[in-house]
Amino acid sequence: MWFQIILIVALAGIAVYLVRSTPSPRHLAIRRLLVLLALAAGVVAVLWPGLLSWLAALVGIGRGADLLFYLAIVAGLIYVVNEYKRSVQLTRANTQLAREIALTEARLTDRITELEERLAAKPSA
Amino acid sequence: MADASPTAPAARSDRRPEAAIVIPLYNEATVIGGVISELLQHFERVICVDDGSTDDSAEVAEAAGARVIRHPHNLGQGAALQTGIAYARVQPGVRYLVTFDADGQHRVVDALAMLDLAEHEQAAIIFGSRFLDDRTKPGLAKKIVLKTAVAVTNLTTGLTLTDAHNGLRVLRVDAAHAVNLKQDRMAHASEIVVQLGKSGLPWREFPVEVLYTDYSKAKGQSLLNSINILVDLVIN
Repeated sequence: MWFQIILIVALAGIAVYLVRSTPSPRHLAIRRLLVLLALAAGVVAVLWPGLLSWLAALVGIGRGADLLFYLAIVAGLIYVVNEYKRSVQLTRANTQLAREIALTEARLTDRITELEERLAAKPSA
Repeated sequence: MADASPTAPAARSDRRPEAAIVIPLYNEATVIGGVISELLQHFERVICVDDGSTDDSAEVAEAAGARVIRHPHNLGQGAALQTGIAYARVQPGVRYLVTFDADGQHRVVDALAMLDLAEHEQAAIIFGSRFLDDRTKPGLAKKIVLKTAVAVTNLTTGLTLTDAHNGLRVLRVDAAHAVNLKQDRMAHASEIVVQLGKSGLPWREFPVEVLYTDYSKAKGQSLLNSINILVDLVIN
């Protein structure tokens, strides 16, 4: 059954993507292209419903609706992985921002204390 | 120390000026005061990073004489540790950083002995280990978690440590500059070993005792949380 192989390869690909890849403009372009392709395929499938069943039979699945279901699951997983990665990135950015605020405040108060001490010491000097 | 509060003990000549204590602090108001007071008897600089505590930990720490840096909201222990390291490693006169837990499970004498070891053996990194002798008595579940963490850490770092998730470490300033923790939560304990291992600086392990009080037990790592640590380490 051809589709079993395709499906397993797709799932393994998603797993690798989850663990490995780092974000880049190239990936963004690929994601956008995939979205465009999916939209175009959707239009085609709506206009010629028979195509879907023909494709399903070609890869060894009984009905076109089943093929659509499998593809939807794969697309959903890719979406989840993308969002997860994005949220990790945002968390990191948030941490860095919060750290900079904390450190800036600390440096500032250190400086103020230092100046205050110098000021207090002046009259006696 | 420029910012010592009025309640801080008077400067004593036998306090170590070359080391800065770094404590990530989150909701430990009941114990942090005692921990800081004890540390200040031996060290000049105690730096606490308050990680958005919802109790009055930060106020207690400040009253006890620590330099408190505040995160605007809770980010996690790893994030707090990194903030403390980033602050401490650029302070004038500081040659060593000592990372210390806020819950009172570490012993100050161990920290002092680790500093001496770093000085005498010219080591840049001293890891505290509770498994080098049999003073520390963790429960079975805890032992499994900790030993798994050690195995994973050793596998990924190439170092051969006996204890991975021990909060007591001594870092010379050059080693501290090699640390840039991105893991905000508990996985930082493995990440710091990875980064220190990559620095290639000389390291040692030192047997320390971890005091498992009922208080620290209630706050400790659960078996399930080790799954979080593993996932955080594998997926970035």
